Amino acid sequence: MTLVATSPKFKENAARALADAQLQKALGNVRVGFIEKRLKAAERLPEFEALRDSARDIKNHTLAHLDLYLERYEKAVTAAGGHVHFARTAEEARDVIAAICTRLQAKTVTKGKSMIAEEIGLNAHLEALGMEPVETDLGEYIIQLRNEPPSHIIAPAVHLTKEQVAEDFRRVHTGLDKSRDLSEPVTLLGEARQVLRRRFLEADVGITGANFLVAETGTSIIVTNEGNGDLTQTLPKAHIVLASLEKLVPTLEDVSQILRVLARSATGQDMSVYTTFSTGPRRPGDPDGPGEYHVVLIDNGRSAMLGTSFQDMLRCIRCGACMNHCPVYHAVGGHAYGWVYPGPMGAVLTPTLIGVDKAGHLPNASTFCGRCESVCPVRIPLPKMMRHWREREFERHLTPATVRSGMAFWGYFARHPRLYGLATSLAMHGLALMGRAKGRFRWLPGASGWTKHRDFPAPQGATFQERWRKERRTRRAS
Amino acid sequence: MTSARDEILANIRRSLGVTGREAPRIAAVDERIERAPRGVVPKRGQLPPEERVTLFKAMAEAAQATVEAVPSAADVPAAVAAYLRRHNLPATLRRGADARLAAMPWGETALEISVGPSDGHDLNGVSHAFAGVAESGTLVLVSCEDNPTTLNFLPDNHIVVVSAKDVIGDYEEVWSRVRFKEGKGLMPRTVNMITGPSRSGDIEQVLLLGAHGPRRLHIVVVDE
Ligand code: SF4
Repeated sequence: MTLVATSPKFKENAARALADAQLQKALGNVRVGFIEKRLKAAERLPEFEALRDSARDIKNHTLAHLDLYLERYEKAVTAAGGHVHFARTAEEARDVIAAICTRLQAKTVTKGKSMIAEEIGLNAHLEALGMEPVETDLGEYIIQLRNEPPSHIIAPAVHLTKEQVAEDFRRVHTGLDKSRDLSEPVTLLGEARQVLRRRFLEADVGITGANFLVAETGTSIIVTNEGNGDLTQTLPKAHIVLASLEKLVPTLEDVSQILRVLARSATGQDMSVYTTFSTGPRRPGDPDGPGEYHVVLIDNGRSAMLGTSFQDMLRCIRCGACMNHCPVYHAVGGHAYGWVYPGPMGAVLTPTLIGVDKAGHLPNASTFCGRCESVCPVRIPLPKMMRHWREREFERHLTPATVRSGMAFWGYFARHPRLYGLATSLAMHGLALMGRAKGRFRWLPGASGWTKHRDFPAPQGATFQERWRKERRTRRAS
Repeated sequence: MTSARDEILANIRRSLGVTGREAPRIAAVDERIERAPRGVVPKRGQLPPEERVTLFKAMAEAAQATVEAVPSAADVPAAVAAYLRRHNLPATLRRGADARLAAMPWGETALEISVGPSDGHDLNGVSHAFAGVAESGTLVLVSCEDNPTTLNFLPDNHIVVVSAKDVIGDYEEVWSRVRFKEGKGLMPRTVNMITGPSRSGDIEQVLLLGAHGPRRLHIVVVDE
């Protein structure tokens, strides 16, 4: 599908998401699972905080020497028999990939989960050329059936309930027993495994993303739990790796540092199930593996972020922790952000990639509670960067004139009570969630004058206006 | 027309305010790659050999793998046959040509053995690991003529043999051993780090085993 950014309509998207009962039910799964699991994994490893510093420093060092590491990386890939293709834009990247697939007369192209593939709109392009791209990560497969973009960078179908998935499988997997039981996730998984196994075996080309690229050895690395990425890259004639420039790290030791914070931050595992290091194509005598190995190195706006106040964003390792801990994401889900990258990291990245004129609302989708920065494994100052965007937006006079001063900001809300309701309700739900464990805050961002000396009672999870409206409704009904 | 490559490198250099010819920058990169500093290595895996194997087993089990130990390589076939029987699995097994596996007395079991990569129709596969990492219960498998990568992913039940002497503390030790074997800067085509059986939580965040890769991962540690 071609992804048309709906980021300019963030407020409308958010309002719709809040009213969507199915979505709200599905989002409940984010609010409970991820936070607890990350915390436990971090607590089990005494060196976790030191490793976060180490991961941040490795990324900073690499970015400061990115030109040189790219040259080293390219040399190592070539020495191992692989090919490196540079692409300035999404269009150039699509053309490089299409040329390889066309030369190999590909019909079926399997894909591991890749955010950069979403970013460059690869599937629509391959389809237009008469090829069939098949997403193989279970979540990606489900949303491909629904013609939707992912709503989370590591759990793409987190916005869906199992009933919705069952409906899609019945619609698409024709030829199977109509009365089969699809009421549980386990039967859904079994069916997807069976259907996709055939696709893996018939694929002509396999495309994966890369979590890291290693300059020392010319190695690309994918991290998955399902094993779909490995079947994608091992079975076909050619393996194409898509990676943006900032995936580079210097050495295998450096990757090992970052791997220790990646899975713990993402899913609370010590290690994801499959961490796969690939270097070049099948070698003489190898009984299996791809005959060709290509890496498409994509800039698409990254080189312009270097040296700016947004350079730190290039440290991102796409773990998803910032959205898992974000009260705004919990309330509205990923699709409201209107493009490929949701949550706090999307609020910072999207304006740099598609323009602040289109995504200028996103940096406002924040309660500035600071949780995202406090969990980010590479310590990206996300709230500060959202503030940068707000300032830029302000300077560029993209906001309505009424929003240009502090007083006018509140004046704007006063004249738009429904928006005020939305904004405060997001903040309240967020605060309630954070304070739920103890019912009180010992510290609140922006309110330290108060919380320095006393605890702040955690809200019940609704604003006064919401509760008043609800009360009134129940009274009327009785 | 400048190539995409040259223009990207030029843009990076312009953004960073560098030329790419500064001697200190080049030296910093050379040094980092040459020396490959280790950073923060968790204490967890820094144990004497026996305790290291105990930690490896515990961590692998925490990742839903099953683990058993046998006294010697000659005991592996019987242990594998018993494992398959316990789980009511057919007595068929595919393995790579790996010399360590080839030397084991498979003929003493009733197992029907085939050799070579998997085409997706094998229920059970056995591989020999390059190493085991205690800190996370991770197996390290490397591809080569005798070790097909497909065996790690296509069979429903994957059995992996690892020598107790190859159970090491941390990932950094894996890289020392890989460099020792392959040479500095060189890698096997594929290095698979495997921690437990395949899984997915993509439907309502319910964790289920056996997504696309093996549903079961059984580790046999050879003590001798
Ligand atoms: S910004 Fe940080 S927390 Fe968010 S996805 Fe990137 S690395 Fe993870």
